[in-house]
Amino acid sequence: MTVLEQPGSYRPTPPPAWQPRTDPTPLLPDAEPFRLLGTDAAADLDPELLRRLYGQLVRGRRYNTQATALTRQGRLAVYPSSTGQEACEVAAALVLQEQDWLFPSYRDTLAAVARGLDPVQALTLLRGDWHTGYDPHEHRVAPLCTPLATQLPHAVGLAHAARLKGDDVVALAMVGDGGTSEGDFHEALNFAAVWQAPVVFLVQNNGFAISVPLAKQTAAPSLAHKAVGYGMPGRLVDGNDAAAVHQVLSEAMRRARSGGGPTLVEAVTYRIDAHTNADDATRYRPDAEVEMWRGHDPILLLEQELTSRKLLDEAGMEAERQAAERMAADLRERMNQDPLLDPMDLFTHVYAEQTVQLREQADRLRAELAAAEELSPGHQEGTQR
Amino acid sequence: MTAAAVDTARKPVSMAQALGRALRDAMADDPSVHVLGEDVGALGGVFRVTDGLTKEFGEDRCTDTPLAEAGILGAAVGMAMYGLRPVVEMQFDAFAYPAFEQLISHVSRMRNRTRGAMPMPITVRVPYGGGIGGVEHHSDSSEAYYMATPGLHVVAPATVADAYGLLRAAIASDDPVIFLEPKRLYWSKSDWSPDRPEQVPGIGRAVVRRAGTSATLITYGPSLPVCLEAARAATAEGWDLEVVDLRSLVPFDEETVCASVRRTGRAVVVHESTGFGGPGGEIAARITERCFHHLEAPVLRVAGFDIPYPPPMLERHHLPGVDRVLDAVARLQWESEWTAGSEGGTR
Repeated sequence: MTVLEQPGSYRPTPPPAWQPRTDPTPLLPDAEPFRLLGTDAAADLDPELLRRLYGQLVRGRRYNTQATALTRQGRLAVYPSSTGQEACEVAAALVLQEQDWLFPSYRDTLAAVARGLDPVQALTLLRGDWHTGYDPHEHRVAPLCTPLATQLPHAVGLAHAARLKGDDVVALAMVGDGGTSEGDFHEALNFAAVWQAPVVFLVQNNGFAISVPLAKQTAAPSLAHKAVGYGMPGRLVDGNDAAAVHQVLSEAMRRARSGGGPTLVEAVTYRIDAHTNADDATRYRPDAEVEMWRGHDPILLLEQELTSRKLLDEAGMEAERQAAERMAADLRERMNQDPLLDPMDLFTHVYAEQTVQLREQADRLRAELAAAEELSPGHQEGTQR
Repeated sequence: MTAAAVDTARKPVSMAQALGRALRDAMADDPSVHVLGEDVGALGGVFRVTDGLTKEFGEDRCTDTPLAEAGILGAAVGMAMYGLRPVVEMQFDAFAYPAFEQLISHVSRMRNRTRGAMPMPITVRVPYGGGIGGVEHHSDSSEAYYMATPGLHVVAPATVADAYGLLRAAIASDDPVIFLEPKRLYWSKSDWSPDRPEQVPGIGRAVVRRAGTSATLITYGPSLPVCLEAARAATAEGWDLEVVDLRSLVPFDEETVCASVRRTGRAVVVHESTGFGGPGGEIAARITERCFHHLEAPVLRVAGFDIPYPPPMLERHHLPGVDRVLDAVARLQWESEWTAGSEGGTR
């Protein structure tokens, strides 16, 4: 009031000039996805790494086709195929050190297998005999996550906890393009950047969230651009170039490991198969588009590099194909056995100590099972699927 | 600390102070206990429950997070995966809703989906309930949502001793615990010794706060003082009311509740949360299933109205008070007692 009555008597302190806290330029992704295969830079690549990536890609493709076949035989309730995206899956697994953690989404079974998980155990969720078929601590692979992006804050929390304990652990979290629209994506990236947590976020941009194309998902210049808003670097890479994905992820992992904080990597790839066996992809994308991406196949790209540099001959390729065939045959054989399920497992692992109410319900089920066994002896065993 | 320095004197201590003391003692006893949330650091929490923790244990143990409830709880999941015991603060009941996805999709079922390999020893502190004049989204009673989610424990203390004892038990639990702190009891005081806290029953045990013979009032959290006052007032009508404090909604102590109802033959469930689909319906159903032949009247519920939580200037009309509890007691068909041929009066 007095200020208005006595003009000139009030001398406000001007606010300090606003300064951006971080120069955003180094955080910005390149305009074009980073590529190695077929470029001059590929000459410096370690031949052993390329051969290793190739072997894993061939096995990964065979794993995808075998798992898809198992859905048709009713052996899997559902399988979200990563055919066409194997380079991302394999590179994600191979850049991890033993003590690091992987946080996969439901489409990333292959990354878990490439990490070393038993292929049958990795498929337990999708077969439907249990929600997670493995002990996550054994290979440091979090449970396959069905809700979108909700595993990303877990990766941040785990990496943060490991750093607080002084452990050299980096978490790599995988999410799809659709998942970047979820609130948990935002919260995870923000927490990771504020805490400078040792996390790497890998977005597999495969073009579609079920049927919704990227253009209807985001107005961002690229998904990698989102990183800048959180104060972390965004990197754009050709997701079908296994060497490029491996290199970009390796750099991000090194950065996280050395205390440099999180990185967001967008791998541009394509989902060759439908979202799952329940989806009809012909309703939302033209065949020509799929064919175009088949010509940019991750296995072909690497094969061309290896053969042109004479790092692999036809006999070597055949050996990899046979190894993949053996893996598929083993998977087929083991998946064709009915899992033995104990219905009483319904009540284990709800709480550390069973409640009175759950004990009563377990008693009821036990009585039902006993009555059924009396009516039809032996019928229950092995046929609960 | 020498034995002589231990303060064994009981003196007036508020529930908020006892909760803060429980956090401090838990952190001192176990280096894996970490507190995180919005404003829990320098400010000491908007209710000062976490006051002094950052100063004593450092920012790594008591951490001010970005303002994001899903992120707070989601990060706590990852921390628990790595062997820590996170205690997260949700600041206000309705602010916890953005974290529901994490709670329901992950916190509550991680033990189950990993066949016991990944327990979630997370305590979620939720200041809850009305009666403090809070504006919208500051007074919700959300316990029914939590109760409907398998894998969670749901706890609500009503006394200073329980606030301390139940919070220690929640933090020590290998399962996730939704710890509902009745906001309007934060400043209620009891004589209590911070250095010699009395032992209280653990999670999952109800307690008879007042013995009586005419009817049982079953309640928890902010409605306990209301019920105790109603029981005192009821003596003028010749009613001798028993008051059971549930303390824990999940697990639910059916034994203590049903034993009381069998003794008295009549029951009223009292809570602030809405009646339709609320906790009282579940409790009344269990009593009816287990005590039907001991009941002399239907189990009644005194609850908040089935409305979104009202604005603060009207909340006194919504919250179940002493009169509404006594009115329900009067509706317990007392005439049946006299028609049964007794000389009248209490049972």
